Amino acid sequence: MEQFLLQLFIFLAAAAIAVPIAKKLGLGSVLGYLIAGIVIGPFGFSMIGNVEDVMHFTEFGVVMMLFLVGLELKPSLLWQMRTPILGMGGTQVVVSSVLIAGVAIAFLPWQQGLAVGLILSLSSTAIVLQTLREKGLMDTSSGRSIFSVLLFQDLAVIPMLALLPLLATVPLSHDDGHHGSHLFDIGTLPGYAQVLITLGAILAILLLGKYASRPIFRIIASTRVREIFVAAALALVVGISVLMTVVGLSPALGAFLAGVVLADSEYRHELESDIEPFKGLLLGIFFISIGASLNFTLIGDEILLITGLVLGLMGLKALVLFVTGLAFKVQKSDRTLFSISLAQGGEFAFVLFQFSKTNGVLPSTTIDPLISAVAISMFLTPLLFLAYDKLSAKQQISGDTRESDNIDKKGHKVILAGFGRLGTDLGRFLMTAGIKPVILDHDAGNVDVLRKFGFEVYYGDVTRLDLLEAAGAAEAELLVITISDVEKARELVELVSKHYPHLKIASIAADRTSAYELMDHGVTVIRRETYGSALNLGFDTLKLLGFEPYEASRMKSIFQRNDDAMLSELHKIHRQDEENYVSMYQKHTAELEELMTLDKNNSSDELDKAWAPANPED
Amino acid sequence: MKKILINFAHPARSRSLINNALRSAIEGLENVTLNDLYAHYPDFLIDVKREQALCEEHDVIIFQHPFYWYSTPAIMKEWLDLVLQHGWGFGSHGNALAGKLFLQALTAGGDDSTYQKYGYNEFTISELTSPMRATAKLCKMTWLPPFAVLGIHRGLRQEKVSAYAEDYRQAVIALRDETLDLELVKQSPYLNSNLSTAIRRPV
Repeated sequence: MEQFLLQLFIFLAAAAIAVPIAKKLGLGSVLGYLIAGIVIGPFGFSMIGNVEDVMHFTEFGVVMMLFLVGLELKPSLLWQMRTPILGMGGTQVVVSSVLIAGVAIAFLPWQQGLAVGLILSLSSTAIVLQTLREKGLMDTSSGRSIFSVLLFQDLAVIPMLALLPLLATVPLSHDDGHHGSHLFDIGTLPGYAQVLITLGAILAILLLGKYASRPIFRIIASTRVREIFVAAALALVVGISVLMTVVGLSPALGAFLAGVVLADSEYRHELESDIEPFKGLLLGIFFISIGASLNFTLIGDEILLITGLVLGLMGLKALVLFVTGLAFKVQKSDRTLFSISLAQGGEFAFVLFQFSKTNGVLPSTTIDPLISAVAISMFLTPLLFLAYDKLSAKQQISGDTRESDNIDKKGHKVILAGFGRLGTDLGRFLMTAGIKPVILDHDAGNVDVLRKFGFEVYYGDVTRLDLLEAAGAAEAELLVITISDVEKARELVELVSKHYPHLKIASIAADRTSAYELMDHGVTVIRRETYGSALNLGFDTLKLLGFEPYEASRMKSIFQRNDDAMLSELHKIHRQDEENYVSMYQKHTAELEELMTLDKNNSSDELDKAWAPANPED
Repeated sequence: MKKILINFAHPARSRSLINNALRSAIEGLENVTLNDLYAHYPDFLIDVKREQALCEEHDVIIFQHPFYWYSTPAIMKEWLDLVLQHGWGFGSHGNALAGKLFLQALTAGGDDSTYQKYGYNEFTISELTSPMRATAKLCKMTWLPPFAVLGIHRGLRQEKVSAYAEDYRQAVIALRDETLDLELVKQSPYLNSNLSTAIRRPV
């Protein structure tokens, strides 16, 4: 136990030191982790034990990452992307595999060459997606092209796992070639049953995700115990991984599917913010273990071979990607990024090389230099991104700036906190203005009903920082608070002004006292909940009494303007009264009196003078 | 029988003796539609489709209003700005108003002598209403000189008010029944300069 904690401490401390430094130097977090790994690894200070075990465990971070990626991809969006996924992804994997295999066959038997080709055609989902996210490129056209290819690669792992054992040429030293689980081995079942079970598992994920997840999450959410929701979210991802492993599919793929199914769910943000820290941590440690696994002795001994392998691998893959980009009309400005971002080998290569070894496809003598080459290529990727940034920054100065269309596309980002009766009408109104607010509400019943009407509503406590983060508070322009509970609203205002000082705030207040409270916290745009209805009803009353509609309308507007102007004065009086310990009841009547007096002083001199005939000669 | 639309604009009708009198004189006449702009659009949100449909249904369009700052009350400008769309009211395909009669019925404080070159206002009503005349021209409408009630600052005696109201009523009826000699009135500064001779009596 102590040993475990010590190891954990070393990993975490290394990350905590290396990542901020790397970020400060503009290297990105992935490179920071990799360097941390080298430093604590066997060729650095040799502070950690079995790197391979750690790597296997933390591969789970990739599963979680794909779950999160899935959460952000609605099925409809995925369907829209079918052409790039199948077209670009398919082309990249097939052509890269064939070319790499072609080169490899010059040195190896064809079976081994083909295996190497297949394995090396894959890129690193972990590094690339992490970097794209950090750079905010996920929503750009090049980001989507890259993602499509990565997605196809993740799918391609499944047939590869099936195909590789058929290429076995190396006699096995010991027979534990099966990758199946200890829990339940479907390998003992006849072929048709295996297929049925596999399909059944996928179907189960889809059906459970679509129909069972919502009521289950609602029940869990209604307990209002935060960690139970976290536990449920983790159990979901882990459970899917286990299920996928049992039926012999990629856990990453299963998690991705589950994510896609849940992308429409109102609990999406909640799931996202719960899984995110685990994913980040596991991936971080995974990157550290890649850094630590670099075998510098081997690299030193075979420096020429490995340099050749790295350059050959990355050069060939980049070339294939560039041509793929040309064929699929990737924009000229995006093509370079597309080519360099996917030129490395991926974490699946580690998994598949290991798998090939145990299945007697490839001998260790072939695998070891290749693994080093893959690790180095992964290490080089963040550096390539960096170089690309520097180059494209120069290009941007010299000419076209395309930033604005990105902003344009996203439009105004508004977070609507609270979606009760007032929030509903406000939301409807904003929608007619083409503004689609991200809506947060903590009433599960509300959330259900509103979702039926096509609103994008998410369940959660609005005063939770991570929920705000998930809702995009960092990029949002405006927060509209429609919660009548002033305590809650105040808490939210405090939180936002501390963490997102850029965010503009508009709020409702249940009554004057609540309005004053919000004013104390620096909110300047405040509307009282029932005030608008009172004035509108007043307008209707005057009309029914035979006032001219235009005059009634002006009286309403003038009253409203005077009232707005009085607000700050009343606020002051209110605070003084408070200092003077005026009792609540007295305060209420005193305020009413003050209001009436002020209204009288504001008597509509303005109305009397308006349009009164007067002779200019007088 | 022609159909007449009266676009009426007074922001504080309760204060205008003369405009109320004029309005009462024509309210309820057959084939005359009164369209109170301030009452319909207290928030100035003019329903352009409704207004255009009204114009299309009528043959004569009268703009009745007090003469504020040598012009119309604000909502009437808003009306012109929004309703007279290109391709509807003007432009090579904008013929919805073509051939209709255009008349301003205005009430002004100063009397006729102040609306002269050497008078207090230095410009004639005809000069001051030229933007409306140009508007009518652009919309291919037949412009008529304004029906003017002048000198209301001095305070009009009740019988004078009644006389103006009756003139207005007669003018509107004559326009409706096509008994007004348009060529004759076009030669006068105001439609009501010499109303009794301009209206042809049935023989």
